[in-house]
Amino acid sequence: MRHTISILLENEAGALSQVAGLFSARGYNIESLTVAPTEDDSISRMTIVTRGSESVIDQITKQLDKLIDVIKLTDLTAGGHIERELIMVKINVTESESEVKRLVDIFRGRIIDVSDGTYTVEMTGTGDKIDAFLKEIGSALIVEVVRSGVLGIARGGDSLSM
Amino acid sequence: MANKAEMMTGADIFINSLLAEGVEHIFGYPGGVVLHIYDSMFKQNKLQHILVRHEQGAIHAADGYARSTGKPGVALVTSGPGMTNAVTGIATAYMDSIPMVIITGQVPTSLIGNDAFQEVDSVGISRPCTKHNFLVRDVKDLATTIKKAFYIATTGRPGPVVVDIPKDITADRTIFDYPETIEIRSYKPITGGDIGYIKQAADMILGAKRPVIYSGGGVVSGNASQYLTELTQLLNYPITQTLMGLGTYPATDRQFIGMLGMHGTYEANMTMHDCDVLIAIGARFDDRITGELEKFCPYAKVVHMDIDPASISKNVKVDVPVIGSVEHTLQDLIKIIREGCARPDFDAIASWWQQIEEWRATNCLHYDHDSEFIKPQDVLEKLYKLTNGDAFVTTDVGQHQMFAAQFYKFDRPRRWITSGGLGTMGFGLPAAMGVQMAHPDETVVCVTGEGSIQMCIQELSTCKQFDLPIKIINLNNRYLGMVRQWQELFYDRRYSHTYMEALPDFMKLADSYGHVGIKVEKPADVEAALKEGLALKDRLVFMDFIIDQGEMVYPMVAAGKGHHEMLSRDGGLS
Repeated sequence: MRHTISILLENEAGALSQVAGLFSARGYNIESLTVAPTEDDSISRMTIVTRGSESVIDQITKQLDKLIDVIKLTDLTAGGHIERELIMVKINVTESESEVKRLVDIFRGRIIDVSDGTYTVEMTGTGDKIDAFLKEIGSALIVEVVRSGVLGIARGGDSLSM
Repeated sequence: MANKAEMMTGADIFINSLLAEGVEHIFGYPGGVVLHIYDSMFKQNKLQHILVRHEQGAIHAADGYARSTGKPGVALVTSGPGMTNAVTGIATAYMDSIPMVIITGQVPTSLIGNDAFQEVDSVGISRPCTKHNFLVRDVKDLATTIKKAFYIATTGRPGPVVVDIPKDITADRTIFDYPETIEIRSYKPITGGDIGYIKQAADMILGAKRPVIYSGGGVVSGNASQYLTELTQLLNYPITQTLMGLGTYPATDRQFIGMLGMHGTYEANMTMHDCDVLIAIGARFDDRITGELEKFCPYAKVVHMDIDPASISKNVKVDVPVIGSVEHTLQDLIKIIREGCARPDFDAIASWWQQIEEWRATNCLHYDHDSEFIKPQDVLEKLYKLTNGDAFVTTDVGQHQMFAAQFYKFDRPRRWITSGGLGTMGFGLPAAMGVQMAHPDETVVCVTGEGSIQMCIQELSTCKQFDLPIKIINLNNRYLGMVRQWQELFYDRRYSHTYMEALPDFMKLADSYGHVGIKVEKPADVEAALKEGLALKDRLVFMDFIIDQGEMVYPMVAAGKGHHEMLSRDGGLS
């Protein structure tokens, strides 16, 4: 099953590779990983999307918690939560400018750069929505895609903070 | 120790930090980037440095020191090859949860990442085999980092910590102020366990009809031998132990049914297989213990007491987890049992013991006492007798290790020093050096084989320099015995590359290093040779026993088999 795990960790040089190294050494898979400093710049927040059976996910969270630089973590999948991804996609519009514009509107994206023959579109949403958009555009027109990976936050008043 | 708040170089800060931690011995090997540190060491006489002959030896020696004392082992190596040579030792300590602080020199900060001479990414290389590691980037962080390293290494589930120190940091100066205590917000080691779970565990334990206690190295690390013994005797339950756990319950006691697992006793493995409640204490259900997981303890409810939450339900599903230091949780458990009204089921336990005694009566460790060749088991039984079971015994890895575990009965913890998790050949001799440094007046024996001993043989030179009177028992069968055993059983006797041709003359070798060599070729000479060797209290004695080439370690749980499907010396046991 797919799980989204949020982690607060020390913003230290080796911390990211500790987490990444744990996943590769123990054979866990990572679907996506995002990381950036929080409002307290000594702490980074990481969101990892992974897949595994209940027992594998149990091990992943325990092993992550064991890393010295991990301060706190939560498996967002256990409760209600919101996920978003950001993409920027460069699309060839030489023959389909209006169709692309229509799709960008429908999916509530924004055109953030234009050149002779291409649009660069920014869009946020769940992975499903982004996948659907890219499918509609079609690989023939897509010049380049950058995806941020998943960000997640719990619904309601619960928070992962110090 | 230097006064607080004094300006010092990083090298002096380093030495004074170790002294502040109470370190008396450091095992190491110098090199370019640790020259400032060695210079600083030269100017003091409180910290004794033991110069090894290979960095792997330094780490194993510090490891043996730690295992035999419970204090953290400390080692110092240079950058690049110094560090990579240390990796096997670090991984060995990591797998067995041994508290160690390893300081690796690093090229100057300005050269890091430039492929400088003797540069490796020490933090990157050591990450998967350390509990934690640090690269010191500023001399102002040095003392605090060392404090953190000792704190992390020795608390919670212990383990090795690497501190990588670039050369320029050891020359930079700052005020030395060693912190008395340290707080790490992301690291809060667990001590006491949840009383609710301990009560559940007590109920399950007391309700058992066919219980068994299975304990491991966690009881050594947790210094909980006394409480394990108290609990076991309070309940009158059988106890079996892992390779790492030996010594934490007296092996000469009736309730001890031997080691379990791949080369465990018949009675231990059958008791495991048929038990209805498995009480795991400071053990981690390693594959050498469980055999085929699907066949493991098929009738058992499992109580698991361990300090590491990640060990719970990792391999075997646990019914009642008790997370905490076994020293605390065992005391709580004993108290709850003593103060409660429930008692073990006397009749059920009596008939369970009757069954266990039947298994025990098979005498699964028997061997041929009338052979024309020396039997390794006989050497170990005689060693046990002549040392009154009171020696520190280190081993390498292979058949000799299993024979030692089976035939030397440890009644006290921290006397049995062996590489369990990683299974590192070459561990025995340097580990014995660390043990002997810590216990200069005790008998320290290294049980080894002619394959393993050659992996760190150079340390014979260190033993000479530091007058370490280790007794080496070389069980020499001219084969890599354990590999040969598998080839005999599972590869139709195709002994591929397990014959050790061109062995050195170990007598001449011992002699050239300045030690005493004794060669033993006949069973009748074993006892006299051991007596002679052990009597040479102030000399290292290399005793080369030419043993039966075909001897095998039995019983054995083969790969893919359950505890009840053991191979015995006479064929199937079950």
